[in-house]
Amino acid sequence: MIINGVTIDQTFAEAFPMKATRAIITAQNEKWAMISAQAMTGFATSVIACGCEAGIERVLDASETPDGRPGVSVMIFAMGGKGLAKQLETRAGQCVLTSPTSALFAGIDGGTRIALGKNLRYFGDGFQVSKLISGKRYWRIPVMDGEFLTEATTGQVDAVGGGNFLVLAESQPQALAACEAAIEEMRKIPNVIMPFPGGVVRSGSKVGSKYKSLGASTNDAFCPTLKGMTKTDLSPEIESVMEIVIDGLTKEDIDKAMRVGIQAVCDLGAENGIKRISAGNYGGKLGPFHFHLQEIMA
Amino acid sequence: MSALTFSLKRRVDQRVDMSPLVCQKLTGLDPSDIGALELHNGKAKVRVDSLFDISGSDTQKIVIKNSYEKLDFIGKELETGEISVIGDAGAYLGLGMKSGLIRISGNTGLFTACEMKKGLIEIDGNTGDFLGGALPGNKMGMKGGTVLVKGNAGDRVGDHMRRGNILIEGNAGDYCGSRMTAGTIAVMGQTGKHVGYAMRRGTLLLWNGPQVPANFNDCGAHTLAFLPLLFKSFKTLNSAFSEPAAMFNRVRRYAGDMSEMGRGEILVKI
Repeated sequence: MIINGVTIDQTFAEAFPMKATRAIITAQNEKWAMISAQAMTGFATSVIACGCEAGIERVLDASETPDGRPGVSVMIFAMGGKGLAKQLETRAGQCVLTSPTSALFAGIDGGTRIALGKNLRYFGDGFQVSKLISGKRYWRIPVMDGEFLTEATTGQVDAVGGGNFLVLAESQPQALAACEAAIEEMRKIPNVIMPFPGGVVRSGSKVGSKYKSLGASTNDAFCPTLKGMTKTDLSPEIESVMEIVIDGLTKEDIDKAMRVGIQAVCDLGAENGIKRISAGNYGGKLGPFHFHLQEIMA
Repeated sequence: MSALTFSLKRRVDQRVDMSPLVCQKLTGLDPSDIGALELHNGKAKVRVDSLFDISGSDTQKIVIKNSYEKLDFIGKELETGEISVIGDAGAYLGLGMKSGLIRISGNTGLFTACEMKKGLIEIDGNTGDFLGGALPGNKMGMKGGTVLVKGNAGDRVGDHMRRGNILIEGNAGDYCGSRMTAGTIAVMGQTGKHVGYAMRRGTLLLWNGPQVPANFNDCGAHTLAFLPLLFKSFKTLNSAFSEPAAMFNRVRRYAGDMSEMGRGEILVKI
């Protein structure tokens, strides 16, 4: 398949099941909600080393938040419910409780309930106050700028992690420009996050390593500087490859995000140095969710 | 199906225990079966159809017409459905109510919503003492749900209250929130003496400054984030509490009762 001069490989991205949750951070204004959200989702690019994958889903208008203040919706993904709960609590405690004027609310009503502010309340040292409002439990924790209001729990649901596609370009600036265009469009899709810095990964990996201590290592087949040294997957004109990784609540959410992302890349086309779109494919061993590029773009 | 309607034929001298006439107990019964049920009337037992004209058949919607202050235990342990009372109601209205809706066009007596667990009670008139309280000797009053009083309430509102909302558009008597363990009591009018007496936790939300007891400590003026959420939860009520003008988040906070746990609060609108 070729779109605007860009070859879409006949391959698929492999993704795996994860657990996910969403939290809504509000603050006096969008600036402080965003500061808190950025802190909460920091160092959360890959479950391999961070314990979770987290990202900002979108900015919320005051009319969309529980307390009528500007807010930011964040999503956190982990390999299991326990790990997710631990990461959520740690990040909420360190990055939202501490952030001026913030409040924290559940972003998913269904699913299994996991602690959001339920245990953070102990920071109140006995002065915390519980309120049950419309069937939801909130905690009012006295803090130095007033009160930190947090919902006790949020919903945890089954989700999909590791959706991806690779952008192969003639130069590094062209690959990055294409990925930036893709991310801009993909951020408009609900229920997904692109957890890597700016949504773009330069260090795509393969499963395994020559070093026993490592479970993953550089994807040498897509490393342009190794074209003459390894069984490369790159043609001579490809000088740079970048990856976009997507976590979503459902396979369909990731489908949508991949479609708009790949389309944005293809819109730049071969004339801007974009040659191919491929995907992280590990022979079907990584996970049960397969995202066939040509089917998605059909 | 029209509402199952009980129209009182005559006012009896002795009090009537209305507790058998709740939706879940009448489900599946014909009007003739319902007429044959017996109610305690003082020491005597009387058939329902000797006191009431019965019409309609929807047991999930009960209407009590010509009601007056000697009809006790209306909606006792109501589990489902709606009861509308046209007129006044006696004591123990909604005692231990578990779910559903009770509406009263007039006044209610003592111990209204006593030990209520869930649901909604709307009172257009006034109510007596111990609204949302505990039965004498018990230590847990209202445990959930919402009571809306458009008129005034008597003394000891929310005595031993454990959870839920009591909303009073008018005035509350003395000892409002006494021995309260948790929950919220909001009073738009005036409150009497000794507000929050022996209160352990919970919130008294007042539109008018009370006589703050000596064992409550002033914590200053604050903007509290939970108040907009609380008011938002009242939006569906047919009440002054649901009007945008009623909403505020700036209050003066008094913590107490310091002779108890001291974790309760009186919040006064600024």
